[in-house]
Amino acid sequence: MRRAELIISAVLRIGVVSSMVVILAGTLLSFLHHREYVTSPAELQRLTQPGAAVPQTLHDVGKGVAQLRGRSVVAAGLLLLILTPVVRVAASIVAFVIQRDRTYVMITSLVLLLLLLSFSLGRAIGG
Amino acid sequence: MTPLTFQLWALLASFVAGLVGSLLGLGGGIIIIPVLTLWLRIDIRYAIGASIVSVIATSSGAAATYVRERLANLRVAMVLEIATTTGAMSGALLAGHIATRWLYLIFGGVMGYSSVMMFRKMGSGSDRSTRPAPWADRLRLHSSYYDEALGREIAYRVVSTRIGLALMYGAGIVSGLLGIGSGALKVPAMDLAMALPVKVSTATSNFMIGVTAAASAGIYFTRGDIDPFVAAPVALGVLLGAGIGSRWLGRLNSNTIRVIFVLVLLWVAAQMLLRGVRG
Repeated sequence: MRRAELIISAVLRIGVVSSMVVILAGTLLSFLHHREYVTSPAELQRLTQPGAAVPQTLHDVGKGVAQLRGRSVVAAGLLLLILTPVVRVAASIVAFVIQRDRTYVMITSLVLLLLLLSFSLGRAIGG
Repeated sequence: MTPLTFQLWALLASFVAGLVGSLLGLGGGIIIIPVLTLWLRIDIRYAIGASIVSVIATSSGAAATYVRERLANLRVAMVLEIATTTGAMSGALLAGHIATRWLYLIFGGVMGYSSVMMFRKMGSGSDRSTRPAPWADRLRLHSSYYDEALGREIAYRVVSTRIGLALMYGAGIVSGLLGIGSGALKVPAMDLAMALPVKVSTATSNFMIGVTAAASAGIYFTRGDIDPFVAAPVALGVLLGAGIGSRWLGRLNSNTIRVIFVLVLLWVAAQMLLRGVRG
């Protein structure tokens, strides 16, 4: 059980730090490309009003990252963060496999399947 | 307020939310949403989206420490997560069909009830942990943890697994509907119904809320409810706050945790009910 916990701990650490770095980088990019963000209240309105231009699909994010658009890089970091619990569950499966704990391999796999289902549901009804 | 000052304030508020949240097993979402909507004037859709992110941030930021220190019960978390993720999907899908004010009212009511129950438990000695627990036995949920404040290893039994699953499904639905981690519902469920020691409940809840939130996040993202500009300082602040808060949990006295929890729950319950009543 100890090893499982250490593995999972490391996975979370890496995921979290990576996403933080990417989010920070994206935020800096935004401010670099838009100096007016430092001083303009009107820009705050534009950025946060309902219906603002928000990346909604992986495709949007991918295109934006390729163009080094700050908001898309931040979105990529957020997606990375959203993935950390998913990767954690997958790592738990591996840990339980190593321990030959068949019951918990099944239980944890079920959780992973449910998570993947939730992402495809998101695409099916939201996109 | 300019974009810069907004992000700095949001960062600060999120840091505090992450700190407090990780100590109590809450995702910080309950603190973030009122702060974003009432004080920083953000549209509630984006507040909920940012909240979902903050929940995952708190969970992943804190959980790494908890699991290492063996406070969280991994097996309980996995078993209960079946119910929470199913609930979260149900909730996120239902989100379009229920009037928001009813959500606030329901949630405020449930939280008020939870805080009363937690408060009652504080004095009492009623010990559920000796009940027969066939599911917990079969799933090998019983375990032990090292209590730093007491300086020794404490063994515990887990009971009422089926009730726990039902409660977790409910908590999951609320999570999907309101974009919060529902730690406020999970911790009492584990502490009161399943007889987990409060520190274990808190640590396990921290571990679980990230998965619950991830189950809703995909749906929120594709709906365009996650605005990177709002979510970024929230994610960063919460990660920092939770990283620090999770180091303290081991050293706090269990009763202290309960007191703080009850107070936070009551305050948030009042906020939510007010919101629902005002409409």
